[in-house]
Amino acid sequence: MNLFDVIGPIMIGPSSSHTAGAVRLGRLALALLGESVRDADIGLHGSFASTGRGHGTDRALVAGLMGWDTDDSRIPHSFEFAAKAGLTFHFETVCLGDDAHPNTVVFALKGKSEGVLRLTGCSVGGGRIKITELNGFPLELTGEFSALITLHHDRPGVIHSVTGVLASRTVNVAEMRVSRRKKGSTAVMVIDVDGTVPQEVVDAVACLPQIIAVRRLNPVVV
Amino acid sequence: MEKLALQSWIEEAAVNELPFGRYCLQLQATEMELDQKVLLKRMQEYLAVMRDAIDYGLTGVRSTSGLVGGNGLRLHNWHTIEKNENRILGPLTAKAAAYALAANEANAAMGRICAAPTAGSSGVLPAVLFSIAEERATTQENLALALISAGAIGMVIASRASLSGAEGGCQAECGSAAAMAAGAAVDLLGGTPVQVGHAVALALKNLLGLVCDPVAGLVEVPCVKRNAGATMIALLAADMALSGIESVIPVDEVIDAMAAVGRSIPDALRETGHGGLAATPTGQECAERIFGGQNRLNN
Repeated sequence: MNLFDVIGPIMIGPSSSHTAGAVRLGRLALALLGESVRDADIGLHGSFASTGRGHGTDRALVAGLMGWDTDDSRIPHSFEFAAKAGLTFHFETVCLGDDAHPNTVVFALKGKSEGVLRLTGCSVGGGRIKITELNGFPLELTGEFSALITLHHDRPGVIHSVTGVLASRTVNVAEMRVSRRKKGSTAVMVIDVDGTVPQEVVDAVACLPQIIAVRRLNPVVV
Repeated sequence: MEKLALQSWIEEAAVNELPFGRYCLQLQATEMELDQKVLLKRMQEYLAVMRDAIDYGLTGVRSTSGLVGGNGLRLHNWHTIEKNENRILGPLTAKAAAYALAANEANAAMGRICAAPTAGSSGVLPAVLFSIAEERATTQENLALALISAGAIGMVIASRASLSGAEGGCQAECGSAAAMAAGAAVDLLGGTPVQVGHAVALALKNLLGLVCDPVAGLVEVPCVKRNAGATMIALLAADMALSGIESVIPVDEVIDAMAAVGRSIPDALRETGHGGLAATPTGQECAERIFGGQNRLNN
């Protein structure tokens, strides 16, 4: 924790969790999709559903899907900008049960080049966020670090080869997490790193055997 | 999360004969591997946003729901333009109260603000810092150092208790903001690190137990006016500490008490919009009017 966890972010009001956190969830979803969003189904759970409209949560999520930052003065008008950009969206209320965080959103996104993404994340307070599920894989992603994310076949040596690429470019791993649906199927790995992930690392990892997809994320919480 | 202790920072600052803000600047610059100048500059950017939020609020903006707006301007005018002999607050405190209302009204109106520590409590620090800056002789750098003091105090509260109304009630938002602002005010006015600690404790003690009961679940009623109240408590706590008044309960213990109180606040009074003022007939009527009986989202 540091000063900027307490002072800031600079943001459009009224709520750090319901507005700024929502923008960041949208931005992370966009980054994980890896291309412009064409269509978004947005499910809102708990307090996001019940107080979201008054907090501008809906406008904030759409603003995030267009890649805007938390302090972008256009946020109150994001729906109009989305219409111009050809981004269609609709909201629905979802019930994810008592265990889900009260400020949870579920995105089902389609990209302009037909990429698809399903993402669950929550806004945990003060503008901080947590992604909890990506395309059916449980994972934990806070957007506080630069990160490399891989979807790969669950085989021996994949983790070694990916971290080997990072080591060869002297990128330091801060934290990492791996999850899989079942043994030998597909797995998702999240590697938080210090500093940034160079493009050459992304390119090199994409060429490794067993890698299905790779994404680079810049921090959205700074 | 690692539990921080404000008392240990206070003691280290005192041992090193540094003002609290200056000590925290050194500590945070080292921790974040940033140049001190970079950190100060960033704080000045935040201060500029805070100042703009006050000004935006003072234009009389209203929230989209229409529940709040215009009161920062009203109080400011009552104290600065209109002739009357019924004013109670003095120039600095009146300015602070008007600024707190204005900055938080800017937030409710989807204006650009700096969360400190949260958006719902974002009126307190701008109000305390800028009322003092304008009514007393302070420098830009001292203002930035005061904001760093506030941030350091907030870090300790976050690590031992919470800064979220949903977790700890309004005491965790407006209470924490008041504690941060009280400590920052003492630092800004040349108080000792030990006095900073007492100011934090005195402010927090006065807001202990405050529930989070927003009408219609929105950051509007009673949040905007509570920012003004928390601002007054922050200034009083700072004044008491600067005069030599001490908190009987040490600051870290007060923060721990806030955490314990927060845990015992029922769900209805932790930002759910189900209890307290939100549950009053008028509160429910407001919710009904705004959401038309259901909280359906726009499409």
